[in-house]
Amino acid sequence: MTDSALATNPAQVAAASAVAPKLTVRDLHFYYNGFHALKGINMDIPEKKVTAIIGPSGCGKSTLLRIFNRIYAIYPKLEAKGEIVLDGENILDPRYSMNRLRGKVGMVFQKPVPFPMTIFENVAYGIRHHEKLSKADMTGRVEQALRSAALWDEVKDKLKQNALGLSGGQQQRLCIARAIALKPEVLLLDEPTSALDPIATGRIEQLVEELKNEFTIVIVTHNMQQAARCSDLTAFMYMGELIEFDGTEKIFTKPGKKQTEDYITGRFG
Amino acid sequence: MSAQPGTIAPSLIQEQRSRRDARHERLFRWLLKGCALLVLAALLGAAGATLWGGRSAFATFGWHFLVSTSWDPGNDVYGALVPVYGTIATSLIALLIAVPVSFGIALYLSEVAPAWLRTPVASAIELLAGIPSIIYGMWGLFIFAPFFANHIKPWLTNNLGDQPDDGKLSWVAQHVPFVGKLFGSSYPFGASILVAGIVLAIMIIPFISSVMREVFQTVPTRLKESAYALGSSTWEVSWDIVLPYTRSAVIGGIFLGLGRALGETMAVTFVLGNAMTLSASLLDPGTSIASTIANQFSEASGLQKSSLMALAFLLFVVTFFVLLIARLMLRQLAKKEGS
Repeated sequence: MTDSALATNPAQVAAASAVAPKLTVRDLHFYYNGFHALKGINMDIPEKKVTAIIGPSGCGKSTLLRIFNRIYAIYPKLEAKGEIVLDGENILDPRYSMNRLRGKVGMVFQKPVPFPMTIFENVAYGIRHHEKLSKADMTGRVEQALRSAALWDEVKDKLKQNALGLSGGQQQRLCIARAIALKPEVLLLDEPTSALDPIATGRIEQLVEELKNEFTIVIVTHNMQQAARCSDLTAFMYMGELIEFDGTEKIFTKPGKKQTEDYITGRFG
Repeated sequence: MSAQPGTIAPSLIQEQRSRRDARHERLFRWLLKGCALLVLAALLGAAGATLWGGRSAFATFGWHFLVSTSWDPGNDVYGALVPVYGTIATSLIALLIAVPVSFGIALYLSEVAPAWLRTPVASAIELLAGIPSIIYGMWGLFIFAPFFANHIKPWLTNNLGDQPDDGKLSWVAQHVPFVGKLFGSSYPFGASILVAGIVLAIMIIPFISSVMREVFQTVPTRLKESAYALGSSTWEVSWDIVLPYTRSAVIGGIFLGLGRALGETMAVTFVLGNAMTLSASLLDPGTSIASTIANQFSEASGLQKSSLMALAFLLFVVTFFVLLIARLMLRQLAKKEGS
């Protein structure tokens, strides 16, 4: 389809964003039962910015996101080749500890999935995998995470209730609280608002805006307006290739590639 | 069949139709209610019949029937403690073995095993569940019990029991309470409470593990992925997420197995030794409610027959309490999770 080599110049992107890259993807290929799902992805994801990945269904955007914390590795017959460098270390190296990676790279999924526990336990659960905290410290950490996720005021009186009693939007913010409670450096959001109503979606987007002061955020979205509203950089993917990666404003106003233009103007996908 | 268009007003047809629907609906509801009541009637009937059949035993021995260990057809004196103890002890041993093993099987099949292995192993488990209990009994009597007597029992009595062959008590028997009693035995054969428990465990593993496997598969992938994404290991995902999510179905599966173990007759009769004596040792023979009834019913009459009926009623009571405990356990767990 395209020359992926020409598609993106990582140096340009880094220069455009004027921030050191947090995650560097080098010649990443992904195979799914032998199917070549990602074909030589190269990109630099800058620190403390929101990077959106857009593209039609099946273009590989979720697949790419799911490599950043190696969540794909829980299934057999999936294989990633290439390099993803986080703070100078290749996270695809099998010697890179899974527990350490999951502590540094948090993830929020499409549908809100609270654990079958109390609201408090939902947030405390992940922390316990990484740190031993006293009861008072844990209470503080949980409160802090819930505050950062803009959920504290709504749940502070019912921390001991089951999390399944919350509304969909609250559940999704709980999932965000659960992820940021580990104090990760990168936060991956996989279509975080696809199951939410417009008001809940608005709150999540607002939250993303606040969270980027602390975290490097990568968000996969089907919703182009969402990408335009809340990201600093946008990557457009198509058929397993990264077609274009640039500042969000540039992508949505003067895209460099015909395919990108066709997609954002709604001519396909 | 149908009238000319226009001869019957459409509203009348609709009227008739809705009246007929209401009638059918009523009939259907009654039918469903009848089916459900049938279960209740069968349960009450069986409990009532055994209670009625056992009335003379209860009247003659009173509460003594529950706590007496004697079962003496010569003097017409009967007590239920030995078979009740045997039933509960063998079932508990079976659960103690079967629950963790089934959990392992189900987790392996639903979380760990490669796709090509899942279906054959799952079918094999279902086949095991279909084997008649008499075959397990025969295997237990002719193969497992002798093997146990020759190879496992000597080790248990010498290393854990309070009646070792050489007379020297092991450290465990001296220092850990109850263990010496549980494994001390001078009885030379294999058939015993422990062997019956093991055979029962093998019989109920297919039931428990196939229920567990099926419900583990209903856990949403995203729930598990969320836990993995927080740094959980497979064990943590299974124990903290999969198990609580499926808790009530898992407990249901365990009690399905327990129900089967409590009432199992043939296999237990073969390997329990059928001794009407109460012994603290798991290596001594005993008896269970079901096997006592099976062994004695054909020749029993009068008070003995009534006592067997009373035993059957006690099996009902034991099963009822087991189910009650399960319910209470579930409620307690639900409270802890704040729902």
